[in-house]
Amino acid sequence: MKVIGLFIVILTGALLVYATVDFPPWGDPNSPASTHLSPHYIEKSMEETSVPNIVTAVLADYRGFDTMFETAVIFCAGVACFFILRALRREGPEQRLYRHTLTDMTIRIKDASKISADLDEFERIDTLWTPRDLIVTTVCRLLIPFIQLFALYVIAHGHHSPGGGFQGGVILGASFILLAISHDLRTTLKRMREKMNGLLCATGVFIYAGTGALCLLFGFNFLDYSALASILHVDPVTARSHGILIVEIGVGIAVMATMIWIYNNLASSGKYDEGL
Amino acid sequence: MIWQLDLAILTLVVITAIGAIMVRDLLGAAILFGAYSFMMCLLWSIMGAVDVSFTEASVGAGVSAVFFVAAVFRTTRRTKD
Repeated sequence: MKVIGLFIVILTGALLVYATVDFPPWGDPNSPASTHLSPHYIEKSMEETSVPNIVTAVLADYRGFDTMFETAVIFCAGVACFFILRALRREGPEQRLYRHTLTDMTIRIKDASKISADLDEFERIDTLWTPRDLIVTTVCRLLIPFIQLFALYVIAHGHHSPGGGFQGGVILGASFILLAISHDLRTTLKRMREKMNGLLCATGVFIYAGTGALCLLFGFNFLDYSALASILHVDPVTARSHGILIVEIGVGIAVMATMIWIYNNLASSGKYDEGL
Repeated sequence: MIWQLDLAILTLVVITAIGAIMVRDLLGAAILFGAYSFMMCLLWSIMGAVDVSFTEASVGAGVSAVFFVAAVFRTTRRTKD
């Protein structure tokens, strides 16, 4: 079986390599891709959308419909992860481990539903608990605000430099994941609850699709942001630039929430009590 | 494009790709896959596709490596084959 598999892989690879011979050379100005649409984008995107970064203009404006469904795919990935992994029903009473912070004594509570409130002297710990490293926790606590600031910059500055909603959203989600890794999962869950996560995930897609629907209401095409000129009180070209920013924010929110959601489900295998 | 740099990165791409498939330790495979993503990110930035390279660096080398590690942590570290 392995030999057949290897044979098929090598044959397909050889065919693919053989097919690349027909490709136009790298950076060829006479290739079909650079003779029809690309010149229009390169020459006109600045005067049509007033966005210096052509990639952002193509991604969120000319090909906005594609990007909307890319966001929907990310949303579906998060929802699928939730439905497959999330364990909503518990088997038996929940066991919890607590550590007395002054004496380092650990106690196990067989039925967690009997505890009414968290005590100040006790700290809840994971089953595989190692003492927190001071350097790691301090460095992460110092770094996370800057990571989040950079993520917001990447989202907002996608018009002028590489970046945009997807990258910024992933970086924003990664900052929360870093908090979960350096502290524990419950610290992140306190800041970003599960319900909030799912809600934000859907809100991002809603902002994107809602912007498109708003353009329809003004009698323009779906996702033709020049329709927003009358509400934003700007000329149609600047309105397209602002429209791109609105949908990028939507994408950023959706991607951030999905990344945290998938991580929470994966790291706690759907139980939401103990993380990585 | 500097062809020496290109050749070195392409060689590393092939090595990390084969290593990620062949290695028996799944945690090692996850880390090798992250290295593979980072090499791809370098290749794209060499070719001038900075947006794609940025996405690859944040998604491929960053978050998906963490997802793999989390999945390995909750399942098993060894493969059967």
